[in-house]
Amino acid sequence: MSIQFSLTPVSVDFLHLVLVVLVVVLVLMLALVLLLSRRKQSPTPRVESEPSVPPVAPAVLQESTPDAALQLLSVLQQDARFLDFVHEDLSSYSDADIGAAARVVHEGSQKALSTYFTLAAIRSEEEESQLTLAAGFNPSEVHLTGNVQGSAPFTGTLIHRGWKATEVRLPKLVKGHNAYILAAAEVEL
Amino acid sequence: MSTPLGSARYAVGIDLGTTHSVLAYVELSTGLNAELNTELSSAPKILAIPQLTQLGAVGEANQLPSFIYRPHDQELAPGDLALPWCAAPSALLGELARNLGSKTPMRLVSSAKSWLCNGAIDRHHAFLPLHSPDEVAKMSPLEASTCFLEHLRDSWNQRFPEAPLQDQEVILTVPASFDPGARELTAEAARAAGIQQLTLLEEPQAAVYSWLQASGDDWREQVAVGDVILVVDVGGGTTDLSLIAVSEEQGNLCLERIAVGEHILLGGDNMDLALAYRIKAKLASEGKKLQPWQILGITHGCREAKEQLLADPSLDAVPVVVPSRGSKLIGGTLRTDLTRDEVTQTLIDGFFPLVDVSEHPEQQTRGALNQLGLPYAKDPAVSRHLAAFLSRQQGAADGLLGESHGSFIQPSVVLLNGGVFKAPQLSERVLGLINRWLSDVEADPARLLQGLDLDLAVARGAAYYGQVRQGQGVRIRGGTASAYYIGIESAMPAIPGIEPPLEALCIAPFGMEEGSEVTLKAREFGLVVGEPVRFNFLGSTTRRADVAGDQLDDWDPEELEELPEIQANLPAEGRRSGEVVPVRLVSRITEVGTLCLEAVTLDGAQRWQVEFDVRAPEVR
Repeated sequence: MSIQFSLTPVSVDFLHLVLVVLVVVLVLMLALVLLLSRRKQSPTPRVESEPSVPPVAPAVLQESTPDAALQLLSVLQQDARFLDFVHEDLSSYSDADIGAAARVVHEGSQKALSTYFTLAAIRSEEEESQLTLAAGFNPSEVHLTGNVQGSAPFTGTLIHRGWKATEVRLPKLVKGHNAYILAAAEVEL
Repeated sequence: MSTPLGSARYAVGIDLGTTHSVLAYVELSTGLNAELNTELSSAPKILAIPQLTQLGAVGEANQLPSFIYRPHDQELAPGDLALPWCAAPSALLGELARNLGSKTPMRLVSSAKSWLCNGAIDRHHAFLPLHSPDEVAKMSPLEASTCFLEHLRDSWNQRFPEAPLQDQEVILTVPASFDPGARELTAEAARAAGIQQLTLLEEPQAAVYSWLQASGDDWREQVAVGDVILVVDVGGGTTDLSLIAVSEEQGNLCLERIAVGEHILLGGDNMDLALAYRIKAKLASEGKKLQPWQILGITHGCREAKEQLLADPSLDAVPVVVPSRGSKLIGGTLRTDLTRDEVTQTLIDGFFPLVDVSEHPEQQTRGALNQLGLPYAKDPAVSRHLAAFLSRQQGAADGLLGESHGSFIQPSVVLLNGGVFKAPQLSERVLGLINRWLSDVEADPARLLQGLDLDLAVARGAAYYGQVRQGQGVRIRGGTASAYYIGIESAMPAIPGIEPPLEALCIAPFGMEEGSEVTLKAREFGLVVGEPVRFNFLGSTTRRADVAGDQLDDWDPEELEELPEIQANLPAEGRRSGEVVPVRLVSRITEVGTLCLEAVTLDGAQRWQVEFDVRAPEVR
């Protein structure tokens, strides 16, 4: 893996996508943590030791271990040939050839996802239908876009139902297992 | 019962299958509760079995594939095989074993269960994987079965550390067609895996128990006195048939298993393979030659495509793709279609043809000039095997339900089990076939019983049977489904070139119940100390009237089936070698459910067990 030190990503690959998602998740978690901590603190009167400086909680950014991400890549490669597919140059193939390979990826990904995750839609309403969000809705579950102003309740159109994982059943890794090996090379004797 | 039930908290049902094993369990009610809960049995649960999914990764699944892989010592890194309960297990089995074995078949042990009932070989002898090079560590069919049971035991103990498996009531299922030797070996494997409170149960009966459990009290509405239930259990590798009669005793409905079929090595895997070869032929006619590894991929693809086609009548064809082996996925991937016509012709007409009830498969002689291999059914038509079974068992229910007429026994209810019947078209075809036979003799059509989980029913039914043994719910009666005989040479003047004809002496009658014992009083045998004595051993699933001591000098070849030879071996301790000891033969059905044959001295003071698995001399 080569490391780029430029501030903006030079390529949009899986790693960067993962990083972007991680950043978003971390920011949301941070917001949630701050919110909760404020609520908890409010009933007890605070002893202000240094009233002149407004308190700023330092962001605790947790270093995520790459094992689970690598494991997912490995599973997707094993069941769905995900890495092989993404690394192909599509320009030289006919749609029929790409279609045949896409079936492998589609069937395999479906199998892997249903084996290792239980996924559910966040909103059960039909997409493109109107819905109203009461005050106190969970902003990490529902993202507001467009004419975002005023206060709850908000009424709008459901564009996308969202996805959430309700259960994760990734295989447990043996201690010392090298997760960086995503798929072993194969040599037939 | 040999062991007090008080100590067991759970009844554990284990379906030790040819291709998959499943474990189900249910909590046993104790003491006072047992009376209160008579009809309130909770549904058995399935244990998620931890197993390697990749090297170094452990996942869980309801089914444990019955495969063992014997890795090369440089194939693995340390820790690759670690399981939650053991850092370095001695056997690699389950899903990963199947996957590794698909690429390196010579190191894969499969179908151990089918080997367990193959009397042509010594089942204690380590010879699996068959025909593999000397450096591959070999194991016996018995050891392989023990490995699966040990894995299930460890999975259980991991999940229920406070209730180890050795203290639980374990019900292990076997094919109804298993001979006494195979049953005894299965029990031996269970003992070797540390299972102490063991009962064997026939798989088709377990399927019926699962239906009984799922139906609750409603089952009495679904069958009536006089019904004959036909159970057709098509597993991955075998087809198992049984008949159960519904009768009445003091106003209560009773179930009695009245007949079981022969051991037929024909199952769902044969069907997937048949489709794969059909696709192979189709591609060959288009000029595309398949590599062996692609056949395997096609077989996988066909299984899924078949299920889609048979489940959805609106589909005409389903694509089957075989990915390339290298990292170039596009271009190297093979795509073809499996069409509805192909599935119909291959499966429905090939395996379930609409034949007449008088059409039977050719008789296969067991062990005759057989190469070392499994005695797979030569005739793939399940229909003909079914026709033969129903014809052979024509009068099976007469004792219970009164005299019947016609050339075959007429089932009025059908219960189908096994993953094959997930395809509605196949279950409809089997019912249609039986109803065709019934309508030919102007009998009422048979009804289909519903509500089985086709992959898990046997294990669930076995666990439920643990509750039934406690007195909850109805119990299927029946005893042994065979009468057993030993072959003895008849006393006649020697004629050069002609072997003296064999006579069959009944040593255990049909329908012996658990715990019963029969002594052959009329006849004494002289056993030579220190010299093993072999007997021809025969069984009959149709001769219901013979009692112990009956001697047959003539029988229809279809009536008596030759089983693997048995052997009495008198240890020399306390006797002179060569001395002849007069003994009587005693047969007993153990609490576990196995047949035990013993040679007993005339005064009854000493007993020796007669062995079913005769070991080849060169092995020991």
